[in-house]
Amino acid sequence: MRENAIDTTEATVAAAYCLQLGDDALIYAQRLGEWITRAPQIEEDMALGNIGLDLLGQARVLLTRAGELDGTGRSEDELAYLRDERQFHNVHLVEQERRDFGFEMARMLWFASYQCELYAGLVTSSDETIAGVAVKAVKEVDYHRDHARQWVLRLGDGTATSHVRMQEALERVAPYVSELFKDDVVSVAAAQAGVGTLPSSLWDKAFGHVSLVVDRATLALPADPTWHSRGGREGVHSRPMGHLLAEMQHIGRSHPGASW
Amino acid sequence: MDLRAAIAAIPDPEVPVITIEDLGILRDVLVDERARTVNVLITPTYSGCPAMDAIRQHIEHVARSAGYSATVQTRLSPAWTTDWMSGTGRDKLRKFGIAPPARHSDQRSDVVAQPVSVSLTVRRVTCPLCGSLDTHEISRFGSTACKALRRCNECREPFDEFKTI
Repeated sequence: MRENAIDTTEATVAAAYCLQLGDDALIYAQRLGEWITRAPQIEEDMALGNIGLDLLGQARVLLTRAGELDGTGRSEDELAYLRDERQFHNVHLVEQERRDFGFEMARMLWFASYQCELYAGLVTSSDETIAGVAVKAVKEVDYHRDHARQWVLRLGDGTATSHVRMQEALERVAPYVSELFKDDVVSVAAAQAGVGTLPSSLWDKAFGHVSLVVDRATLALPADPTWHSRGGREGVHSRPMGHLLAEMQHIGRSHPGASW
Repeated sequence: MDLRAAIAAIPDPEVPVITIEDLGILRDVLVDERARTVNVLITPTYSGCPAMDAIRQHIEHVARSAGYSATVQTRLSPAWTTDWMSGTGRDKLRKFGIAPPARHSDQRSDVVAQPVSVSLTVRRVTCPLCGSLDTHEISRFGSTACKALRRCNECREPFDEFKTI
């Protein structure tokens, strides 16, 4: 009923756009879940688990919507568990392996700062579901950004060791940042259709926030990296992605169609 | 008890002292007496809240017991806010030992209008056990997505705080 009302080309664009957003959220939720029992304190086990859960909730709605729009009728589970690496459209930042806690906070500061601006823009999306997710998620990701901010401040402006390690974490994350803000075929078409926002338009505010935090944390923004990650939106991923999918998908693939 | 009241009285699975109506997530109940069907509209507190599935099942169960078949729809927009929690709900939480969320209208407008602060956040939350304002945050995330963990500096008891969103 809903499908008939939508122009197919616009629906195709919206479906691809939902996949990008949903895959970023899904894959980062998977990485954050790995922290449970591995965080420096039990409160952080819960914090990172909770943040991952918010992202998983966003991913579930977005992937369900993608399946509705693309005409295949695939469910959220089919999209999450039965696609191969080349069919995922998340950026490389979220698929990178878990490192130390400082790395996680640097990654989260950038990702949540990006998501804050993204969802603030998507509140007016012409797609009702995307707008609905955005209204809900904008409050959640603001809390995530605040969490990362507090830790970057503490660690940067903490001991000599925590300062050095937090600075190293920022350097390590730096090559993966620009991919988040790069316009690609899908996001440009989605922005033109009024469904999405242009990633490049989010840079100024997100960068402004991160640089303010970095400065207050007595840290320095890394120099422009000598290389930048690319290709995630087209389905070209880095080495850790295959391992992540193997872990995330193996039960679903070993027991196809199982339910309880 | 009529069907609407029975559905409204369903407890939140994570915080069973309050009902889904107290919590403000029950948005609409449309009963069709002739068809013996009921259409229930609920709004999640957080996107990933795992309690939503349990709540949906409970609503279907209550409707079935009363001889109706239920359709439960989830609506994201307008997004749930803690301002939708009823006064009764807030009192019940406090009695249960959970600090209720602040109302947005209680906050000073000049604070709300300011840009995001980058210093470490300090908020004042009243201890639900002894009423002291001298409490501090232990963890920004608690046992469920909707709660944070605090401790009272007066009575030394740790307590949950329902996060204001």
